[in-house]
Amino acid sequence: MQSAVQSKRSGLILGAVWLALTLVVLVIGFREAIFISPTDAQQGDVGRIFYWHVPSAMLGLVFPYVNFIASIAFLYYSRRDPIAALKADAWAISAAEVSVVFATICLATGMLWGKAVWGIWWTWDWRLTSELLLWLLYVAYLMTRRLSTTGQTSTVGAIISVFAALDVPLVYFSIRWFRTQHPSPVFGGDADSGLDASMYPAFLWNVLAWLMWGVFILAFRIALEQRRQRQEQLEGLRSLEGDMPNFNLGGEPERGNAF
Amino acid sequence: MNFYGHVMAHLRKDLRLEWRSRDSITGMLFFSLLVVVVFSFAFDPTAAVSRQIAGGILWMVLLFASTQTLNQAWNREQRNNVLDAQRMAPSSAAALFLGKSLANMIFVTAVELVLAPLFTVFYNLHALGQGWLLLVVMPLGTWALVANGTFFAALGLRTRNRELMLPLVLFPISIPALLAMMQATTGILTGESEPDLWIRVLVVYDVVFTTACLLLFETLLNAE
Repeated sequence: MQSAVQSKRSGLILGAVWLALTLVVLVIGFREAIFISPTDAQQGDVGRIFYWHVPSAMLGLVFPYVNFIASIAFLYYSRRDPIAALKADAWAISAAEVSVVFATICLATGMLWGKAVWGIWWTWDWRLTSELLLWLLYVAYLMTRRLSTTGQTSTVGAIISVFAALDVPLVYFSIRWFRTQHPSPVFGGDADSGLDASMYPAFLWNVLAWLMWGVFILAFRIALEQRRQRQEQLEGLRSLEGDMPNFNLGGEPERGNAF
Repeated sequence: MNFYGHVMAHLRKDLRLEWRSRDSITGMLFFSLLVVVVFSFAFDPTAAVSRQIAGGILWMVLLFASTQTLNQAWNREQRNNVLDAQRMAPSSAAALFLGKSLANMIFVTAVELVLAPLFTVFYNLHALGQGWLLLVVMPLGTWALVANGTFFAALGLRTRNRELMLPLVLFPISIPALLAMMQATTGILTGESEPDLWIRVLVVYDVVFTTACLLLFETLLNAE
């Protein structure tokens, strides 16, 4: 019991320090991107949105892997080690939510940039389409988990995650072939072609900052999910005890020892 | 009985059920016919335009129609707790899945056989490309829809809102297959592009996802 309290406290301290560091790095990244990095020669100040758009796009591709690996771990442990399975499930749903957040930021900043530079909010270019599909897949994943009856959502979610992981490369290549056969005329200059050396500090600081932020909300969400799981199990146990009034007649109720 | 025997037993049972009730096929047929008519109001179905979009519309019709039927596919197993019996049966869950998918494949193919002449008549179509390739594209595309659809319909057994659940998961997962079948069909109908690449995408999609469905169906069926 002592060690549990200690590890909880050290977890809190680590979380607070991590959050403080993240905020510092976010501020540095913001300062670099807005004030220090030179203005883009062709796009002007609008080009600065690149420092948020590209890191979110990169991280929006990293966190689905966390979700996939956690889902595989869940399927592996579900019959062998229920505690490890619950933990893997908490990782999976948290990573899916963080993926949706980053993909949403990527799409939103991309649309803002597109309106300013291309003059349109959206074009069915292969990169935009695959990102939108990634977003749709993970929203479908989250909605399925929301629609499922309690207790059975984890397996269903893990299976969808495996299917989504199989789907993403196929989507990526098929849409790429599709759109290279019919090149869209709107797609002019590449945002990331020819990044000047003076722009790298701002870019790298922002990648680091948003990675730290992503890791923070992932850890926070996992802790939250694990607390929810414990609560759910405790309630299950209580209702089970409530169903059996004679079970505890002999002594004290044993609720506290459940974990 | 071996795996093949189990698959055939499941297939025979589903075909017999359908033969006696004829729910799925009649429902799907009438639904498809209605959608074909409704689509003809959305655009002018003259020959020049319709050839460009008929491939897409054909697959949209089949997608909607098969989603309706697949939603009901597992209902039959739920009555009288048949599904619990299936779980306890010593046969492999993959055999149950394969039998059910093959049955659904036969139903949707039957609908396609009726729908194809209707399409030709209503949209004034004749293929400008190699028409016989449609005989390759149609089964491949249908299998892509039906295998995944049967799988995800079973996934819906455990959700509150099953009718909504299936398209929600099936559509995003099927995008590469849908894109491939629509592009291949349009390529064949217009004769403007070669469908080879898209047929290959369909084959890869079918192989990858059928394998995944067969491997994961046991887990899905016994998920608690």
